Amino acid sequence: MQIIKKIGLFIFLIGLTVFTILPFIGEFKVTPATMDQIIREKGISSEFFIDRMQENVVGKQFQGMLSLSPKITQALEAANAQHRKNKEYKKIIYTGPHDLAATVGKGSGSGFIVENKGLMWFLTFGLGIIGALLFIVPNVVLLGQKGIKNNGIYHENATNRGWIAWLVFVFLVSFYLVLYFRSEFAVNWTYLVDPISEFLSGNPAGHWFVYGFMYCTVMTVMAVRMYIKYRHNMYQMVRTTSVLFFQIVFAFLIPEIMVRLQMPYYDFKNAFPLDYDFFFQWNLKSLLNSGGIGLFILVWGIVLTLVIVPVMVYFFGKRWYCSWVCGCGGLAETLGDPYRQHSSKSLFSWKVERWLVHGVLVFAVGMTMMTLYSFFTESGTVLGLKTQSVQNTYSLLIGAFFAGVIGTGFYPIFGNRVWCRFGCPLAAYLGFVQRFKSRFRITTNGGQCISCGNCSTYCEQGIDVRAYAQKGENIVRSSCVGCGICSAVCPRGVLKLENGPLKGRINPTEVLLGNDVDLMELVNNK
Amino acid sequence: MEHIVIIGNGISGITAARHIRKLSDKKITIISAESDYFFSRTALMYVYMGHMKFEHTQPYENWFWKKNRLNLVHGYVTQVDTANKKLILNGSEEMGYDKLIIATGSKPNKFGWPGQDLKGVQGLYSKQDLELLETNAPNNEVCKRAVIVGGGLIGIELAEMLRSRDIPVTFLVREDSFWNGVLPEGESQMINEHILEHHIDLKLGTNLKEIIADENGWAKAVVTDKGEMIPCTVVGLTAGVAPNIDFLKGSGIELGKGVKVNNFLETNITDVYAIGDCAEQHESIGNRRPVEAVWYTGRMMGETLAQTICGNKTAYNPGHWFNSAKFLDIEYQTYGWVFSERAKKDHEQHFHWRHPKEKICVTIAFHRDTKLFLGINTFGIRMRHEILDRWLTEKRSVSYVLEYLKDANFDPEFYAEYEQAIISCYNSHYGTNIRPKKKSWKRIFSNV
Repeated sequence: MQIIKKIGLFIFLIGLTVFTILPFIGEFKVTPATMDQIIREKGISSEFFIDRMQENVVGKQFQGMLSLSPKITQALEAANAQHRKNKEYKKIIYTGPHDLAATVGKGSGSGFIVENKGLMWFLTFGLGIIGALLFIVPNVVLLGQKGIKNNGIYHENATNRGWIAWLVFVFLVSFYLVLYFRSEFAVNWTYLVDPISEFLSGNPAGHWFVYGFMYCTVMTVMAVRMYIKYRHNMYQMVRTTSVLFFQIVFAFLIPEIMVRLQMPYYDFKNAFPLDYDFFFQWNLKSLLNSGGIGLFILVWGIVLTLVIVPVMVYFFGKRWYCSWVCGCGGLAETLGDPYRQHSSKSLFSWKVERWLVHGVLVFAVGMTMMTLYSFFTESGTVLGLKTQSVQNTYSLLIGAFFAGVIGTGFYPIFGNRVWCRFGCPLAAYLGFVQRFKSRFRITTNGGQCISCGNCSTYCEQGIDVRAYAQKGENIVRSSCVGCGICSAVCPRGVLKLENGPLKGRINPTEVLLGNDVDLMELVNNK
Repeated sequence: MEHIVIIGNGISGITAARHIRKLSDKKITIISAESDYFFSRTALMYVYMGHMKFEHTQPYENWFWKKNRLNLVHGYVTQVDTANKKLILNGSEEMGYDKLIIATGSKPNKFGWPGQDLKGVQGLYSKQDLELLETNAPNNEVCKRAVIVGGGLIGIELAEMLRSRDIPVTFLVREDSFWNGVLPEGESQMINEHILEHHIDLKLGTNLKEIIADENGWAKAVVTDKGEMIPCTVVGLTAGVAPNIDFLKGSGIELGKGVKVNNFLETNITDVYAIGDCAEQHESIGNRRPVEAVWYTGRMMGETLAQTICGNKTAYNPGHWFNSAKFLDIEYQTYGWVFSERAKKDHEQHFHWRHPKEKICVTIAFHRDTKLFLGINTFGIRMRHEILDRWLTEKRSVSYVLEYLKDANFDPEFYAEYEQAIISCYNSHYGTNIRPKKKSWKRIFSNV
């Protein structure tokens, strides 16, 4: 069994290596036809840029994106600088330099990778999936009897912030940086999934399709790991199936199919304010121009945030969204599960958490109010602030850095819920409802707690669960996403996630159950 | 300002300190030679197994103590001078007190086995024991085999720990079935099976005769009373614990097995109290033993004594017995009294149900004639403490308990439910016609 695991790891690493090398290799040949088409589609009117491109790029052969990309970005930046200087504002190119490089790259790839998409898919995704499964599945036997199997988590390099964890950290952060800021280097990855994208939406794949496909793949493979590790725990099995379903069907398949049907791309479960650009002008316009379905989405998006989300939180706690439906939560609960113990439980972190997460919520709501004001009054500024620049700041700082680079990249070091705990504005909103008006609580079982600390250690949201359990208090914290792991790892059966009446939900207990009844009355009635 | 000195920073001493601080502004000093900060002893096993780091076993952050003006002193109390109300620390330093709380816990039992003090022979109780085990048995190359002597809760925990590093384990149990002085037969039998499933070499009805040394004074083998010689590197002595009170000899404080206390937790000397594992009640409370080495009783004594010390004199009066443990993968909970065949009285009758495939079982004890519910043991099913405590207080009958059993279930959501199977088994056994009632939140919260 150990041998199978090792072979699996080896195969996985081959797949990962090929995947990692891809951004740096491949041939690109920009034909005049491709160039003309891009100029037309992007509406580029800068002769300066076109001349530079004709001179340096068109008709030439490039080995790897590293040699092609600078030519394009430099041409664009030089052109824009020239036009700004000459006040030729109409000629400025507003497409980002790296986006344009990606577009040019996508249209001009040639050679082995482009001609062997299926094979290349197999050498990257295929080997990755096979290797990972060979690594994971032997655990059915190796883990022995069913039950909690956390043996060695703090002895192993990968799960105890050792060098492997740091390598994973560097890899994930780099991957997100490429995705958000250097998408031209993702061009070769897009070829691998072109056939799948064309099958679904009819369009060739962009780098966000690569991300979406990879997201689903990683979640599925790591869900297999969850099923094996928590096979004694039905709550975990059902919950894992649920997040997997919502990711694959709602976040991935439905939006792609909607594009094929000439409808707007929309993820029906992605609620504002997590879906921060829902009220952005371009989105509202696109929805309003898409007829019945657009209108439906608009109404659905508003009802989802204002009615469905809080009502569901009232009945089930925010877990129904955060750990049963949400995509971010889905990745955290599958890929992130081996790192859940790294969330800090200190009081200091809790203070930081409250400032940050509520700060982001205020930011998101404020930005949206500005956006709507601008939309209806058709003015670009509110109180002297440019709406567009506030939106750009949010997209960069919160959308890209916080949610992506930090949110997932920092898994191996700070735990799997960094974004959900410190940054997600929707989680903050749900948290208010959960804390003040919800039937959900984690019940503490009388006096059974032995303060061992497993619950706190494995809480991904950094809640010091033990602090409540050892006092006999129920846990009603706003940040709890109801993953159920505290209950699973408890060796004494102390914790239970449940939805019950509001009465008795918060139970002040100065003296725990089991000690003399008179004393309890005395202290509690004082 | 009155100076309260607490010897021992375990759950009893720390709970007393916390509650005294909540209720008063007294000066509080806590002395320990074991660790700088309070940690959960019950969690030591998880550190060895790699579930947690040692710091995770500490329920309070390090700033907590200073903030709450709880003075921590690292030291070993060598003498208590009750006449002059002072302690001698580390043989020389003096410390005065106004009130003294002895909360020094237990130490592992050793029964005079030949070779019991050899290198490689150890108990599992303190932080130091954990560190020693890490040296003695870091992996299965250094430790070729471990022999554990004593089939109780610590013994099975130690076995689980060593197995987590694939170290072969032989488990010597004096009884002819695991822990059957406490557990009824069916349950004890199920745990026997589970121990074997974990590839632990379980030797029932077997006693340690001696431990044999190699030329360097290390244990190299044990000899059992059946004449078998078992080569090994580490010997774990886990035959129970006894109060850790040797330092009190000659202090004038009355000692028996432990520090003798009345039900206000007072010793024979004014202003000296004892709580937790080291305290021995003059008269046992209900069916409880005079010395109770249980986590929550230590906590409860701390809560109670804090009241007394802060002017609200309160007797220690634990409610209905309850406890829990985990045997490898099987969780165990008990509420009320379910005695083993060896210990039970004539009127105590048992109803036992065991799942046909899974390692799940339930034993309900009731009065043979009155059908009064006496207690329940569950393995692999979690129960709601509050409900069972209430039923015991209300003196419910066994049929009432079965009828409303769903109210008491505490398993996570979506778990398979066994009430129907348990009740039909009871019905067919006793010719009754009990039907389970649906779980009701109203009933669960009716007393809140």
